[in-house]
Amino acid sequence: MSPDASGAVVPADPADVDRARRALAAVWRIESARIVATLTRFVGDVGQAEDLAQEAMLEALHQWPTEGVPRNGGAWLTAVAKRRAIDGWRRRERLDERYAAMARDLEEEQRAASGTFWDPDTIDDDVLRLVFVACHPVLSREAQIALTLRIVGGLSSEEIARAFLVPVATIQQRIVRAKKTLAAANVPFEVPEPQDYAARLGSVLSVLYLIFNEGYLPASGEQWVRPDVSAEALRLARVVAGLMPREPEAQSLVALMEFHASRFSTRVARDGTPIPLDQQDRTRWDRGQIERGRAALARADRIGRGRAAYGLQAAIAECHAVAPAVEDTDWPRIVVLYEALGRIAPSPVVELNRAVAVAMATGPASALRLVDELERNGRLAGYPGLPAVRGELLARLGRTSEARGELETAARLTGNERERAALLAKAAGLPR
Amino acid sequence: MARTTKETTMKYMLIMRANDEGIAAYQDLDFNEVIAAMGAYNESLIKAGVLLAGEGLADAKEGFVVDFDATPPVVTDGPYAEAKELFNGFWIIGVSSKEEAEEWAKRCPLGPGTRLEVRRVNELEDFPQDNEWIQKEAKWREEAEGRLGAASE
Repeated sequence: MSPDASGAVVPADPADVDRARRALAAVWRIESARIVATLTRFVGDVGQAEDLAQEAMLEALHQWPTEGVPRNGGAWLTAVAKRRAIDGWRRRERLDERYAAMARDLEEEQRAASGTFWDPDTIDDDVLRLVFVACHPVLSREAQIALTLRIVGGLSSEEIARAFLVPVATIQQRIVRAKKTLAAANVPFEVPEPQDYAARLGSVLSVLYLIFNEGYLPASGEQWVRPDVSAEALRLARVVAGLMPREPEAQSLVALMEFHASRFSTRVARDGTPIPLDQQDRTRWDRGQIERGRAALARADRIGRGRAAYGLQAAIAECHAVAPAVEDTDWPRIVVLYEALGRIAPSPVVELNRAVAVAMATGPASALRLVDELERNGRLAGYPGLPAVRGELLARLGRTSEARGELETAARLTGNERERAALLAKAAGLPR
Repeated sequence: MARTTKETTMKYMLIMRANDEGIAAYQDLDFNEVIAAMGAYNESLIKAGVLLAGEGLADAKEGFVVDFDATPPVVTDGPYAEAKELFNGFWIIGVSSKEEAEEWAKRCPLGPGTRLEVRRVNELEDFPQDNEWIQKEAKWREEAEGRLGAASE
Protein backbone atom coordinates (compact mmCIF):
# COMPACT_ATOMS: atom_id res chain seq x y z
CA MET A 1 0.00 0.00 0.00
CA SER A 2 1.13 3.52 -0.60
CA PRO A 3 -0.37 6.95 -0.06
CA ASP A 4 -2.11 8.55 -3.05
CA ALA A 5 -2.13 12.28 -3.83
CA SER A 6 -4.61 13.06 -1.06
CA GLY A 7 -2.53 11.12 1.44
CA ALA A 8 -5.02 8.26 1.77
CA VAL A 9 -3.64 4.74 1.61
CA VAL A 10 -4.74 2.94 -1.54
CA PRO A 11 -4.57 -0.84 -1.35
CA ALA A 12 -2.73 -2.34 -4.30
CA ASP A 13 -4.70 -4.55 -6.65
CA PRO A 14 -3.89 -8.20 -5.77
CA ALA A 15 -3.20 -8.89 -9.46
CA ASP A 16 -0.63 -6.07 -9.50
CA VAL A 17 0.93 -7.43 -6.33
CA ASP A 18 1.24 -10.85 -7.89
CA ARG A 19 2.65 -9.48 -11.14
CA ALA A 20 5.18 -7.37 -9.26
CA ARG A 21 6.19 -10.28 -7.05
CA ARG A 22 6.83 -12.48 -10.09
CA ALA A 23 8.73 -9.77 -11.93
CA LEU A 24 10.83 -9.18 -8.83
CA ALA A 25 11.63 -12.89 -8.54
CA ALA A 26 12.75 -12.92 -12.19
CA VAL A 27 14.94 -9.84 -11.80
CA TRP A 28 16.38 -11.22 -8.59
CA ARG A 29 17.28 -14.52 -10.19
CA ILE A 30 19.09 -12.80 -13.05
CA GLU A 31 20.72 -9.98 -11.11
CA SER A 32 21.15 -11.05 -7.47
CA ALA A 33 24.82 -12.04 -7.70
CA ARG A 34 25.68 -8.74 -9.39
CA ILE A 35 23.60 -6.77 -6.90
CA VAL A 36 25.21 -8.45 -3.88
CA ALA A 37 28.70 -8.19 -5.43
CA THR A 38 28.22 -4.48 -6.12
CA LEU A 39 26.91 -3.90 -2.59
CA THR A 40 29.79 -5.88 -1.07
CA ARG A 41 32.22 -3.60 -2.84
CA PHE A 42 30.22 -0.62 -1.50
CA VAL A 43 29.92 -1.65 2.17
CA GLY A 44 32.91 -3.99 2.41
CA ASP A 45 31.05 -6.93 3.97
CA VAL A 46 29.18 -9.67 2.16
CA GLY A 47 26.79 -10.34 5.02
CA GLN A 48 25.73 -6.75 5.30
CA ALA A 49 25.49 -6.51 1.51
CA GLU A 50 23.11 -9.43 1.40
CA ASP A 51 20.98 -8.01 4.22
CA LEU A 52 20.74 -4.69 2.37
CA ALA A 53 19.73 -6.47 -0.81
CA GLN A 54 16.98 -8.30 1.10
CA GLU A 55 15.71 -4.98 2.48
CA ALA A 56 15.63 -3.58 -1.05
CA MET A 57 13.58 -6.63 -2.11
CA LEU A 58 11.05 -5.89 0.62
CA GLU A 59 10.84 -2.30 -0.53
CA ALA A 60 10.29 -3.45 -4.10
CA LEU A 61 7.44 -5.70 -2.96
CA HIS A 62 5.94 -2.63 -1.33
CA GLN A 63 6.45 -0.15 -4.18
CA TRP A 64 6.36 -2.07 -7.45
CA PRO A 65 2.67 -3.10 -7.25
CA THR A 66 1.48 0.52 -7.18
CA GLU A 67 4.31 2.38 -8.90
CA GLY A 68 4.96 -0.19 -11.59
CA VAL A 69 7.93 -2.44 -12.27
CA PRO A 70 10.98 -0.28 -13.07
CA ARG A 71 12.61 -0.71 -16.45
CA ASN A 72 15.91 -1.74 -14.87
CA GLY A 73 14.95 -3.66 -11.75
CA GLY A 74 18.53 -4.62 -10.87
CA ALA A 75 19.62 -0.99 -10.88
CA TRP A 76 16.58 -0.03 -8.81
CA LEU A 77 17.32 -2.65 -6.14
CA THR A 78 21.01 -1.71 -5.99
CA ALA A 79 20.23 2.00 -5.64
CA VAL A 80 17.67 1.37 -2.89
CA ALA A 81 20.09 -0.89 -1.02
CA LYS A 82 22.88 1.69 -1.26
CA ARG A 83 20.54 4.38 0.03
CA ARG A 84 19.70 2.13 2.97
CA ALA A 85 23.41 1.67 3.67
CA ILE A 86 23.91 5.41 3.72
CA ASP A 87 20.86 5.88 5.96
CA GLY A 88 22.40 3.37 8.33
CA TRP A 89 25.70 5.22 8.44
CA ARG A 90 23.80 8.46 8.99
CA ARG A 91 21.89 6.98 11.92
CA ARG A 92 25.17 5.88 13.45
CA GLU A 93 26.52 9.39 12.82
CA ARG A 94 29.20 8.15 10.54
CA LEU A 95 28.27 10.33 7.62
CA ASP A 96 31.67 11.86 7.10
CA GLU A 97 33.03 13.25 3.85
CA ARG A 98 33.52 9.83 2.35
CA TYR A 99 29.92 8.79 2.81
CA ALA A 100 28.65 12.15 1.66
CA ALA A 101 30.60 11.61 -1.55
CA MET A 102 29.08 8.16 -1.92
CA ALA A 103 25.62 9.64 -1.48
CA ARG A 104 26.32 12.08 -4.30
CA ASP A 105 27.64 9.29 -6.54
CA LEU A 106 24.47 7.40 -5.84
CA GLU A 107 22.30 10.24 -7.07
CA GLU A 108 24.36 10.33 -10.25
CA GLU A 109 23.98 6.60 -10.69
CA GLN A 110 20.25 6.74 -10.25
CA ARG A 111 19.99 9.29 -13.02
CA ALA A 112 22.05 7.03 -15.25
CA ALA A 113 20.21 3.89 -14.18
CA SER A 114 17.89 3.79 -17.16
CA GLY A 115 20.75 2.86 -19.50
CA THR A 116 23.49 0.27 -19.13
CA PHE A 117 23.99 -0.21 -15.45
CA TRP A 118 26.76 -2.65 -14.61
CA ASP A 119 30.29 -1.57 -15.31
CA PRO A 120 31.45 -4.33 -17.67
CA ASP A 121 35.07 -3.88 -16.56
CA THR A 122 34.44 -4.64 -12.92
CA ILE A 123 31.19 -6.52 -12.48
CA ASP A 124 32.44 -9.96 -13.56
CA ASP A 125 35.47 -9.63 -11.28
CA ASP A 126 33.20 -8.64 -8.41
CA VAL A 127 30.92 -11.63 -8.96
CA LEU A 128 33.98 -13.88 -9.08
CA ARG A 129 35.16 -12.41 -5.76
CA LEU A 130 31.72 -13.18 -4.38
CA VAL A 131 32.02 -16.81 -5.50
CA PHE A 132 35.39 -17.17 -3.76
CA VAL A 133 34.11 -15.53 -0.57
CA ALA A 134 31.08 -17.84 -0.45
CA CYS A 135 33.42 -20.85 -0.69
CA HIS A 136 36.06 -19.44 1.67
CA PRO A 137 37.95 -22.07 3.73
CA VAL A 138 37.00 -20.44 7.07
CA LEU A 139 33.50 -21.76 6.38
CA SER A 140 32.36 -25.34 6.87
CA ARG A 141 31.40 -27.21 3.72
CA GLU A 142 27.73 -27.00 4.67
CA ALA A 143 28.03 -23.24 5.17
CA GLN A 144 29.82 -22.86 1.82
CA ILE A 145 27.01 -24.71 0.08
CA ALA A 146 24.24 -22.69 1.73
CA LEU A 147 26.00 -19.37 1.18
CA THR A 148 26.81 -20.13 -2.47
CA LEU A 149 23.19 -20.96 -3.20
CA ARG A 150 22.07 -17.86 -1.32
CA ILE A 151 24.43 -15.14 -2.53
CA VAL A 152 25.59 -16.50 -5.88
CA GLY A 153 22.45 -18.42 -6.86
CA GLY A 154 20.00 -16.00 -5.29
CA LEU A 155 17.94 -18.78 -3.67
CA SER A 156 15.85 -18.06 -0.58
CA SER A 157 16.34 -20.02 2.64
CA GLU A 158 13.05 -21.78 1.89
CA GLU A 159 14.28 -22.89 -1.53
CA ILE A 160 17.61 -24.10 -0.16
CA ALA A 161 15.86 -25.97 2.65
CA ARG A 162 13.54 -27.66 0.16
CA ALA A 163 16.51 -28.64 -2.00
CA PHE A 164 18.36 -30.22 0.91
CA LEU A 165 15.31 -31.62 2.70
CA VAL A 166 16.18 -29.84 5.95
CA PRO A 167 14.16 -27.37 8.06
CA VAL A 168 14.19 -23.73 6.93
CA ALA A 169 15.47 -22.66 10.35
CA THR A 170 18.55 -24.86 9.87
CA ILE A 171 19.44 -23.08 6.63
CA GLN A 172 18.74 -19.66 8.13
CA GLN A 173 21.05 -20.44 11.04
CA ARG A 174 23.74 -21.73 8.70
CA ILE A 175 23.65 -18.55 6.65
CA VAL A 176 23.61 -16.22 9.63
CA ARG A 177 26.53 -18.08 11.16
CA ALA A 178 28.43 -18.10 7.86
CA LYS A 179 28.05 -14.33 7.50
CA LYS A 180 29.28 -13.84 11.07
CA THR A 181 32.24 -16.12 10.46
CA LEU A 182 33.25 -14.21 7.33
CA ALA A 183 32.95 -10.88 9.15
CA ALA A 184 34.87 -12.15 12.22
CA ALA A 185 37.66 -13.54 10.05
CA ASN A 186 37.74 -10.25 8.13
CA VAL A 187 37.72 -12.19 4.86
CA PRO A 188 38.74 -9.79 2.09
CA PHE A 189 36.55 -9.28 -0.98
CA GLU A 190 39.28 -10.56 -3.25
CA VAL A 191 40.18 -13.28 -5.71
CA PRO A 192 42.74 -15.54 -3.94
CA GLU A 193 46.47 -14.94 -4.21
CA PRO A 194 48.28 -17.07 -6.83
CA GLN A 195 49.74 -19.45 -4.23
CA ASP A 196 46.23 -20.23 -2.90
CA TYR A 197 44.39 -20.06 -6.19
CA ALA A 198 44.37 -23.73 -7.19
CA ALA A 199 43.15 -24.92 -3.80
CA ARG A 200 40.50 -22.18 -3.58
CA LEU A 201 39.28 -22.93 -7.10
CA GLY A 202 39.10 -26.61 -6.17
CA SER A 203 36.93 -25.69 -3.22
CA VAL A 204 34.53 -23.64 -5.39
CA LEU A 205 34.17 -26.44 -7.92
CA SER A 206 33.65 -29.10 -5.29
CA VAL A 207 30.93 -27.02 -3.62
CA LEU A 208 29.14 -26.82 -6.97
CA TYR A 209 29.59 -30.53 -7.60
CA LEU A 210 28.29 -31.40 -4.12
CA ILE A 211 25.17 -29.32 -4.80
CA PHE A 212 24.72 -31.08 -8.13
CA ASN A 213 25.15 -34.50 -6.52
CA GLU A 214 22.63 -33.63 -3.86
CA GLY A 215 20.06 -33.74 -6.63
CA TYR A 216 21.66 -36.59 -8.54
CA LEU A 217 22.52 -39.08 -5.83
CA PRO A 218 20.70 -38.28 -2.59
CA ALA A 219 22.36 -40.43 0.05
CA SER A 220 19.16 -40.85 1.98
CA GLY A 221 15.46 -40.38 1.67
CA GLU A 222 12.79 -41.64 -0.65
CA GLN A 223 13.46 -39.72 -3.79
CA TRP A 224 16.18 -40.87 -6.14
CA VAL A 225 16.58 -37.80 -8.35
CA ARG A 226 15.81 -34.18 -7.50
CA PRO A 227 16.67 -32.49 -10.77
CA ASP A 228 15.83 -28.96 -9.57
CA VAL A 229 18.86 -28.94 -7.23
CA SER A 230 21.10 -30.27 -9.97
CA ALA A 231 19.77 -27.82 -12.54
CA GLU A 232 20.67 -24.95 -10.21
CA ALA A 233 24.16 -26.37 -9.66
CA LEU A 234 24.61 -26.69 -13.42
CA ARG A 235 23.50 -23.12 -13.97
CA LEU A 236 25.97 -21.90 -11.31
CA ALA A 237 28.75 -24.01 -12.83
CA ARG A 238 28.08 -22.35 -16.19
CA VAL A 239 28.21 -18.96 -14.49
CA VAL A 240 31.53 -19.80 -12.84
CA ALA A 241 32.95 -21.25 -16.08
CA GLY A 242 31.94 -18.01 -17.80
CA LEU A 243 33.78 -16.01 -15.14
CA MET A 244 36.96 -18.06 -15.57
CA PRO A 245 37.11 -19.06 -19.22
CA ARG A 246 40.80 -20.05 -18.93
CA GLU A 247 40.25 -22.68 -16.23
CA PRO A 248 39.94 -26.14 -17.83
CA GLU A 249 38.52 -27.68 -14.66
CA ALA A 250 35.66 -25.16 -14.51
CA GLN A 251 34.72 -25.98 -18.12
CA SER A 252 35.14 -29.70 -17.41
CA LEU A 253 32.82 -29.55 -14.42
CA VAL A 254 30.13 -28.06 -16.66
CA ALA A 255 30.72 -30.90 -19.13
CA LEU A 256 30.51 -33.54 -16.40
CA MET A 257 27.24 -32.11 -15.08
CA GLU A 258 25.74 -31.86 -18.56
CA PHE A 259 26.51 -35.52 -19.26
CA HIS A 260 25.07 -36.70 -15.95
CA ALA A 261 22.01 -34.47 -16.27
CA SER A 262 21.34 -35.76 -19.79
CA ARG A 263 20.35 -39.09 -18.17
CA PHE A 264 18.09 -37.73 -15.46
CA SER A 265 14.83 -38.66 -17.09
CA THR A 266 15.94 -42.28 -17.46
CA ARG A 267 17.48 -42.93 -14.06
CA VAL A 268 14.26 -43.92 -12.33
CA ALA A 269 11.23 -45.94 -13.31
CA ARG A 270 7.75 -44.49 -12.90
CA ASP A 271 7.44 -46.15 -9.50
CA GLY A 272 10.69 -44.56 -8.35
CA THR A 273 12.94 -47.61 -8.71
CA PRO A 274 16.47 -46.63 -9.80
CA ILE A 275 17.44 -47.90 -13.26
CA PRO A 276 21.14 -48.72 -13.68
CA LEU A 277 23.11 -47.36 -16.63
CA ASP A 278 23.03 -50.61 -18.60
CA GLN A 279 19.22 -50.75 -18.48
CA GLN A 280 18.45 -47.08 -19.16
CA ASP A 281 16.51 -46.13 -22.27
CA ARG A 282 19.25 -44.31 -24.13
CA THR A 283 16.81 -42.94 -26.69
CA ARG A 284 15.55 -40.67 -23.91
CA TRP A 285 18.93 -39.23 -22.95
CA ASP A 286 18.89 -35.51 -23.65
CA ARG A 287 20.92 -35.12 -26.87
CA GLY A 288 21.08 -31.34 -26.62
CA GLN A 289 22.55 -31.63 -23.17
CA ILE A 290 25.08 -34.20 -24.34
CA GLU A 291 26.16 -31.89 -27.17
CA ARG A 292 26.55 -29.02 -24.69
CA GLY A 293 28.66 -31.31 -22.52
CA ARG A 294 30.88 -32.23 -25.46
CA ALA A 295 31.26 -28.56 -26.38
CA ALA A 296 32.28 -27.72 -22.80
CA LEU A 297 34.82 -30.56 -22.69
CA ALA A 298 36.22 -29.41 -26.05
CA ARG A 299 36.56 -25.88 -24.61
CA ALA A 300 38.46 -27.31 -21.65
CA ASP A 301 40.78 -29.28 -23.95
CA ARG A 302 41.43 -26.25 -26.17
CA ILE A 303 42.91 -24.40 -23.19
CA GLY A 304 45.72 -26.89 -23.57
CA ARG A 305 46.60 -27.69 -19.97
CA GLY A 306 45.57 -31.32 -20.08
CA ARG A 307 42.84 -33.01 -18.13
CA ALA A 308 42.62 -33.03 -14.36
CA ALA A 309 40.05 -34.75 -12.16
CA TYR A 310 36.87 -33.20 -13.56
CA GLY A 311 38.22 -33.41 -17.10
CA LEU A 312 38.84 -37.15 -16.73
CA GLN A 313 35.46 -37.76 -15.12
CA ALA A 314 33.80 -35.77 -17.88
CA ALA A 315 35.67 -37.82 -20.50
CA ILE A 316 34.39 -41.02 -18.85
CA ALA A 317 30.85 -39.67 -18.78
CA GLU A 318 31.22 -38.70 -22.45
CA CYS A 319 32.12 -42.30 -23.35
CA HIS A 320 28.79 -43.41 -21.89
CA ALA A 321 26.86 -40.48 -23.35
CA VAL A 322 27.90 -41.18 -26.94
CA ALA A 323 27.59 -44.98 -26.83
CA PRO A 324 24.42 -46.23 -28.53
CA ALA A 325 24.35 -49.25 -26.20
CA VAL A 326 26.24 -50.72 -23.24
CA GLU A 327 28.02 -53.24 -25.45
CA ASP A 328 29.08 -50.46 -27.87
CA THR A 329 30.70 -48.47 -25.06
CA ASP A 330 34.44 -47.93 -25.32
CA TRP A 331 35.16 -49.79 -22.07
CA PRO A 332 38.93 -50.14 -22.62
CA ARG A 333 39.12 -46.35 -22.94
CA ILE A 334 37.08 -45.96 -19.76
CA VAL A 335 39.48 -48.28 -17.93
CA VAL A 336 42.43 -46.12 -19.05
CA LEU A 337 40.63 -42.93 -17.99
CA TYR A 338 39.92 -44.42 -14.56
CA GLU A 339 43.57 -45.41 -14.24
CA ALA A 340 44.59 -41.82 -14.98
CA LEU A 341 41.98 -40.52 -12.54
CA GLY A 342 43.23 -42.94 -9.89
CA ARG A 343 46.75 -41.57 -10.28
CA ILE A 344 45.87 -37.88 -9.91
CA ALA A 345 42.99 -38.29 -7.46
CA PRO A 346 43.43 -41.66 -5.75
CA SER A 347 40.22 -42.90 -4.20
CA PRO A 348 38.77 -46.32 -3.41
CA VAL A 349 35.52 -45.30 -5.12
CA VAL A 350 37.47 -44.59 -8.32
CA GLU A 351 39.09 -48.02 -7.95
CA LEU A 352 35.67 -49.62 -7.59
CA ASN A 353 34.45 -47.85 -10.73
CA ARG A 354 37.58 -48.95 -12.55
CA ALA A 355 36.75 -52.53 -11.53
CA VAL A 356 33.28 -52.14 -13.06
CA ALA A 357 34.85 -50.91 -16.31
CA VAL A 358 37.38 -53.76 -16.25
CA ALA A 359 34.50 -56.21 -15.89
CA MET A 360 32.94 -54.80 -19.03
CA ALA A 361 36.23 -54.60 -20.95
CA THR A 362 37.81 -57.95 -20.03
CA GLY A 363 35.29 -59.88 -17.94
CA PRO A 364 34.20 -60.35 -14.34
CA ALA A 365 37.11 -62.54 -13.17
CA SER A 366 39.82 -59.86 -13.45
CA ALA A 367 37.42 -57.25 -12.04
CA LEU A 368 36.68 -59.47 -9.03
CA ARG A 369 40.39 -59.55 -8.19
CA LEU A 370 40.41 -55.73 -8.01
CA VAL A 371 37.29 -55.69 -5.86
CA ASP A 372 38.67 -58.36 -3.53
CA GLU A 373 41.79 -56.24 -3.12
CA LEU A 374 39.61 -53.24 -2.21
CA GLU A 375 37.74 -55.35 0.30
CA ARG A 376 41.00 -56.56 1.88
CA ASN A 377 42.37 -53.05 2.43
CA GLY A 378 39.11 -52.11 4.15
CA ARG A 379 38.97 -48.55 2.90
CA LEU A 380 35.43 -48.99 1.59
CA ALA A 381 34.10 -50.69 4.72
CA GLY A 382 30.44 -49.79 5.12
CA TYR A 383 30.12 -48.45 1.56
CA PRO A 384 27.12 -50.13 -0.10
CA GLY A 385 28.64 -49.87 -3.57
CA LEU A 386 31.38 -52.39 -2.74
CA PRO A 387 29.13 -55.40 -1.94
CA ALA A 388 26.74 -54.29 -4.68
CA VAL A 389 29.47 -54.51 -7.32
CA ARG A 390 30.97 -57.64 -5.80
CA GLY A 391 27.54 -59.27 -5.81
CA GLU A 392 27.05 -58.35 -9.45
CA LEU A 393 30.44 -59.82 -10.44
CA LEU A 394 29.83 -63.02 -8.48
CA ALA A 395 26.45 -63.38 -10.14
CA ARG A 396 28.04 -63.06 -13.55
CA LEU A 397 30.56 -65.75 -12.56
CA GLY A 398 27.68 -68.02 -11.56
CA ARG A 399 28.54 -67.94 -7.84
CA THR A 400 24.93 -67.12 -7.01
CA SER A 401 24.72 -67.88 -3.30
CA GLU A 402 27.75 -65.67 -2.56
CA ALA A 403 26.27 -63.05 -4.88
CA ARG A 404 22.98 -63.10 -2.98
CA GLY A 405 24.77 -62.55 0.33
CA GLU A 406 26.69 -59.55 -1.07
CA LEU A 407 23.58 -57.93 -2.56
CA GLU A 408 21.75 -58.36 0.75
CA THR A 409 24.69 -56.78 2.56
CA ALA A 410 24.58 -53.83 0.13
CA ALA A 411 20.84 -53.49 0.76
CA ARG A 412 21.47 -53.32 4.51
CA LEU A 413 24.13 -50.62 4.06
CA THR A 414 22.34 -48.22 1.73
CA GLY A 415 20.35 -45.31 3.17
CA ASN A 416 18.27 -44.94 0.04
CA GLU A 417 14.97 -46.83 0.21
CA ARG A 418 14.63 -47.24 -3.53
CA GLU A 419 18.14 -48.54 -3.92
CA ARG A 420 17.54 -51.01 -1.09
CA ALA A 421 14.43 -52.34 -2.79
CA ALA A 422 16.26 -52.68 -6.12
CA LEU A 423 19.17 -54.59 -4.52
CA LEU A 424 16.83 -56.95 -2.68
CA ALA A 425 14.86 -57.56 -5.87
CA LYS A 426 18.07 -58.41 -7.68
CA ALA A 427 19.13 -60.78 -4.90
CA ALA A 428 15.73 -62.47 -4.94
CA GLY A 429 15.91 -62.84 -8.71
CA LEU A 430 19.10 -64.91 -8.64
CA PRO A 431 18.63 -68.64 -9.36
CA ARG A 432 18.75 -70.85 -6.27
CA MET B 1 8.82 -37.05 -9.78
CA ALA B 2 9.00 -35.86 -13.37
CA ARG B 3 7.09 -32.69 -12.60
CA THR B 4 9.53 -31.45 -9.97
CA THR B 5 11.66 -30.23 -12.88
CA LYS B 6 9.02 -27.65 -13.62
CA GLU B 7 9.55 -25.97 -10.26
CA THR B 8 12.89 -24.55 -11.23
CA THR B 9 13.76 -25.31 -14.81
CA MET B 10 11.81 -24.76 -17.95
CA LYS B 11 12.96 -24.25 -21.48
CA TYR B 12 11.67 -21.33 -23.48
CA MET B 13 12.28 -20.57 -27.11
CA LEU B 14 12.68 -16.94 -28.11
CA ILE B 15 11.61 -16.78 -31.74
CA MET B 16 12.74 -13.69 -33.62
CA ARG B 17 10.43 -12.35 -36.32
CA ALA B 18 10.73 -9.28 -38.50
CA ASN B 19 8.30 -7.60 -40.90
CA ASP B 20 9.26 -5.53 -43.98
CA GLU B 21 9.80 -2.45 -41.86
CA GLY B 22 12.07 -4.37 -39.48
CA ILE B 23 14.07 -5.88 -42.30
CA ALA B 24 14.46 -2.48 -44.00
CA ALA B 25 15.54 -0.90 -40.71
CA TYR B 26 18.04 -3.69 -40.15
CA GLN B 27 19.59 -3.07 -43.56
CA ASP B 28 20.14 0.58 -42.65
CA LEU B 29 22.03 -0.30 -39.48
CA ASP B 30 25.78 -0.58 -39.15
CA PHE B 31 26.41 -4.30 -39.43
CA ASN B 32 29.25 -4.20 -36.90
CA GLU B 33 27.01 -2.50 -34.36
CA VAL B 34 24.32 -5.13 -34.83
CA ILE B 35 26.86 -7.91 -34.38
CA ALA B 36 28.31 -6.23 -31.28
CA ALA B 37 24.88 -5.74 -29.69
CA MET B 38 23.80 -9.32 -30.39
CA GLY B 39 27.18 -10.61 -29.23
CA ALA B 40 26.81 -8.75 -25.94
CA TYR B 41 23.28 -10.11 -25.51
CA ASN B 42 24.40 -13.67 -26.21
CA GLU B 43 27.29 -13.25 -23.81
CA SER B 44 24.92 -12.07 -21.09
CA LEU B 45 22.82 -15.22 -21.61
CA ILE B 46 25.92 -17.43 -21.50
CA LYS B 47 27.30 -15.73 -18.40
CA ALA B 48 23.99 -16.14 -16.62
CA GLY B 49 24.19 -19.87 -17.37
CA VAL B 50 20.83 -19.91 -19.16
CA LEU B 51 21.68 -20.21 -22.87
CA LEU B 52 20.99 -23.74 -24.14
CA ALA B 53 20.92 -23.21 -27.89
CA GLY B 54 20.53 -20.51 -30.48
CA GLU B 55 20.90 -19.95 -34.20
CA GLY B 56 20.42 -17.18 -36.70
CA LEU B 57 18.89 -17.98 -40.06
CA ALA B 58 20.23 -17.13 -43.51
CA ASP B 59 18.29 -14.94 -45.93
CA ALA B 60 14.80 -16.22 -46.78
CA LYS B 61 15.83 -16.09 -50.46
CA GLU B 62 17.86 -19.22 -49.77
CA GLY B 63 14.85 -20.98 -48.30
CA PHE B 64 11.49 -22.19 -49.55
CA VAL B 65 8.03 -22.94 -48.27
CA VAL B 66 6.10 -26.19 -48.43
CA ASP B 67 2.38 -25.46 -48.31
CA PHE B 68 0.04 -28.26 -47.28
CA ASP B 69 -3.18 -26.58 -48.42
CA ALA B 70 -2.97 -28.75 -51.52
CA THR B 71 -2.22 -32.44 -51.97
CA PRO B 72 0.54 -33.02 -52.91
CA PRO B 73 1.97 -29.99 -51.05
CA VAL B 74 3.09 -26.98 -53.08
CA VAL B 75 6.68 -25.82 -52.86
CA THR B 76 7.37 -22.09 -53.32
CA ASP B 77 10.80 -20.46 -53.32
CA GLY B 78 11.35 -17.88 -50.58
CA PRO B 79 10.82 -15.16 -49.74
CA TYR B 80 7.17 -15.79 -50.50
CA ALA B 81 4.71 -12.96 -50.95
CA GLU B 82 2.15 -13.96 -48.31
CA ALA B 83 4.61 -13.73 -45.43
CA LYS B 84 3.97 -10.72 -43.24
CA GLU B 85 6.79 -11.65 -40.93
CA LEU B 86 9.96 -13.64 -41.41
CA PHE B 87 11.40 -15.97 -38.82
CA ASN B 88 15.05 -14.95 -38.49
CA GLY B 89 16.50 -16.85 -35.60
CA PHE B 90 15.95 -18.31 -32.17
CA TRP B 91 17.36 -18.84 -28.71
CA ILE B 92 16.47 -21.61 -26.26
CA ILE B 93 17.01 -20.65 -22.63
CA GLY B 94 16.66 -22.61 -19.40
CA VAL B 95 14.90 -20.51 -16.79
CA SER B 96 12.96 -20.84 -13.55
CA SER B 97 9.80 -19.00 -14.59
CA LYS B 98 7.84 -17.47 -17.41
CA GLU B 99 8.68 -14.06 -15.98
CA GLU B 100 12.40 -14.80 -16.17
CA ALA B 101 11.96 -15.71 -19.84
CA GLU B 102 10.09 -12.43 -20.30
CA GLU B 103 12.86 -10.48 -18.58
CA TRP B 104 15.48 -12.00 -20.89
CA ALA B 105 13.33 -11.46 -23.97
CA LYS B 106 12.86 -7.78 -23.15
CA ARG B 107 16.62 -7.33 -23.01
CA CYS B 108 17.13 -8.52 -26.58
CA PRO B 109 18.60 -5.71 -28.69
CA LEU B 110 15.85 -5.49 -31.32
CA GLY B 111 14.03 -2.51 -32.76
CA PRO B 112 10.74 -1.50 -34.39
CA GLY B 113 9.40 -3.96 -36.93
CA THR B 114 10.83 -6.92 -35.05
CA ARG B 115 9.43 -8.99 -32.25
CA LEU B 116 10.11 -12.04 -30.19
CA GLU B 117 7.55 -14.74 -29.78
CA VAL B 118 8.31 -16.60 -26.57
CA ARG B 119 7.14 -20.19 -26.27
CA ARG B 120 7.74 -22.88 -23.68
CA VAL B 121 9.51 -25.91 -25.11
CA ASN B 122 7.70 -29.17 -24.38
CA GLU B 123 9.67 -31.67 -22.36
CA LEU B 124 9.42 -35.36 -23.12
CA GLU B 125 7.54 -35.63 -19.82
CA ASP B 126 4.78 -33.43 -21.21
CA PHE B 127 3.67 -36.32 -23.43
CA PRO B 128 2.18 -39.68 -22.48
CA GLN B 129 5.26 -41.90 -22.34
CA ASP B 130 3.47 -45.09 -23.23
CA ASN B 131 2.45 -43.76 -26.64
CA GLU B 132 4.33 -45.76 -29.25
CA TRP B 133 4.80 -42.74 -31.51
CA ILE B 134 6.37 -40.72 -28.72
CA GLN B 135 8.78 -43.58 -28.18
CA LYS B 136 9.50 -43.82 -31.88
CA GLU B 137 10.10 -40.11 -32.16
CA ALA B 138 12.66 -40.30 -29.37
CA LYS B 139 14.35 -43.10 -31.27
CA TRP B 140 14.40 -41.10 -34.52
CA ARG B 141 15.90 -38.13 -32.77
CA GLU B 142 18.61 -40.32 -31.37
CA GLU B 143 19.41 -41.85 -34.74
CA ALA B 144 19.34 -38.55 -36.61
CA GLU B 145 21.55 -36.86 -34.07
CA GLY B 146 23.80 -39.91 -33.87
CA ARG B 147 24.39 -39.54 -37.62
CA LEU B 148 25.05 -35.83 -37.24
CA GLY B 149 27.43 -36.56 -34.40
CA ALA B 150 29.29 -39.16 -36.44
CA ALA B 151 29.51 -36.82 -39.43
CA SER B 152 31.06 -34.05 -37.37
CA GLU B 153 33.91 -36.15 -36.05
